[in-house]
Amino acid sequence: MKMIFILHPLGALLLSPLLLGIVNRTKAFFAGRKGLPLLQAYYDLARLFQKSAVYSRTTSWVFRAGPMVGLAAAMTALLVLPIGGGAACLNFTGDLIFLIYLLGVMRFFTVVAALDTGSAFEGMGASREVQFSILAEPALLLSLLAMGEIGESAIDSGIPLPHLSLSGIYAGLSFSAWMHSGTVLLLAASALFIVLLTENARIPVDDPNTHLELTMIHEVMVLDHSGPDFAMILYSSAIKLWIFGALLAGILVPVRSGDFLLDGAATLGGIFLLPIGIGVIESSMARLRLLRVPQLLSGAGVLAILAIVLVLKG
Amino acid sequence: MELWIDALIVLLILTNLKLIGSSRLSACIRIVALQGVLLGILPGLVNPDQMTLRAILLSAITIVFKGMVFPWLLLRSMRTSSVRREMEPFIGYSTSMLISVGLLALAMWMGGRLPLPIPLKSPLVVPLSLFTIMVGLLAIVSRKKALSQVLGYLVMENGIYAFGLALALKEPLLVELGTLLDVFMAVFVMGIAIFHINREFDHIDTDLLSALKG
Repeated sequence: MKMIFILHPLGALLLSPLLLGIVNRTKAFFAGRKGLPLLQAYYDLARLFQKSAVYSRTTSWVFRAGPMVGLAAAMTALLVLPIGGGAACLNFTGDLIFLIYLLGVMRFFTVVAALDTGSAFEGMGASREVQFSILAEPALLLSLLAMGEIGESAIDSGIPLPHLSLSGIYAGLSFSAWMHSGTVLLLAASALFIVLLTENARIPVDDPNTHLELTMIHEVMVLDHSGPDFAMILYSSAIKLWIFGALLAGILVPVRSGDFLLDGAATLGGIFLLPIGIGVIESSMARLRLLRVPQLLSGAGVLAILAIVLVLKG
Repeated sequence: MELWIDALIVLLILTNLKLIGSSRLSACIRIVALQGVLLGILPGLVNPDQMTLRAILLSAITIVFKGMVFPWLLLRSMRTSSVRREMEPFIGYSTSMLISVGLLALAMWMGGRLPLPIPLKSPLVVPLSLFTIMVGLLAIVSRKKALSQVLGYLVMENGIYAFGLALALKEPLLVELGTLLDVFMAVFVMGIAIFHINREFDHIDTDLLSALKG
């Protein structure tokens, strides 16, 4: 194991709260405000970690375990996540399913912790989160599979990477793969982007700023967490944004020169451009009505299925 | 070049999906107009070596009719009948979207099995045309408003046009023009029929028309 592979998870742990800052600054720019400092998420995390947590008497160990399991799952997911064409720390056959299940574990524990509070309000948020994830998860899996088909066929057989692993897939998604089957990759990337917006509670689906509104989904589930627990939730959501950003930047920035540092730097640039895109969308779009969200998500699923059909046909 | 053909065909598939998944009638009309324009461009990409003056003329007429005249007629009859949305179709939007994905898979399967007399530039043209025909049929049977059914009819015709594009390279000009004229007359007559249905019953839901028979 080369030491250089450790750099990406460590970098992600250090830099991921910065992404939230970039989103906020972009939104502030569009609103004509000065905005929060770029490092605000770090200050928030430091402040929250110094506080002590308050627990309701109705909650059990599940409520306390929720944020910890969530953060642990998010950190573990970083280990299988390749950055650009460079291989991840861990790669094994089918680790894309492992990644999706880690995200699933994270969501499951957030939902269970929300239900554990016994609050009807949080139960509602949990119900919505689960409802949308039913639609978002297949779209994610299918778009990764479609990309996998292309990446695997384009990969240089000299590199010994396991079959259907994220590292193998992303190593093959080079510029020539775009020239060869750009439409499929574009379809998969758009499906992935819709899933990113959903999973990270971003605007067409959920509004991260509405702490006390009935329409919100993710924020309502974490209302009862306080102090270090809330810090862990904030941190794991930043890491989650990083994970999806890396998945998307890996397709959209097809620089595969073979030089680890150059590829990594290009993908890192993509990851940091993505929050600007999210900020632009949040400033220019209104949140969809709750009834329309499943339609958007099934649209993402349809895009992913279309990508798969085209791959199998072509 | 192949990438562009594929992109155009995928765009055409997406217009079909958008049509079947959208409730706003004006959006549906615009998407069908876009589909007509894209279909007009398609021959130039698929058979660039056979772009004679005749073929260019045919593409231009297609674009003018399907991209401008039909949408204009339909938007006019939409305004006169003051309908904005397709409410309560027989099959919901998400369900029809899923059904049409199934239809797409079916079209791909059928397109792969169909023995063709000549080799095609892109293997996707025949599945695209079959899929477009099926989506048109689906729109006709699953929607209530007369206007959506007209759109379904137009999409079906688009599918047949795409099929002809793939196979009948030497199709006589007269046949093509005749088909286009037929469609034009059909849309014209249907526009008038929608106007009359609307004046008589104050809405253009067609599912109640069957109650009229004696």
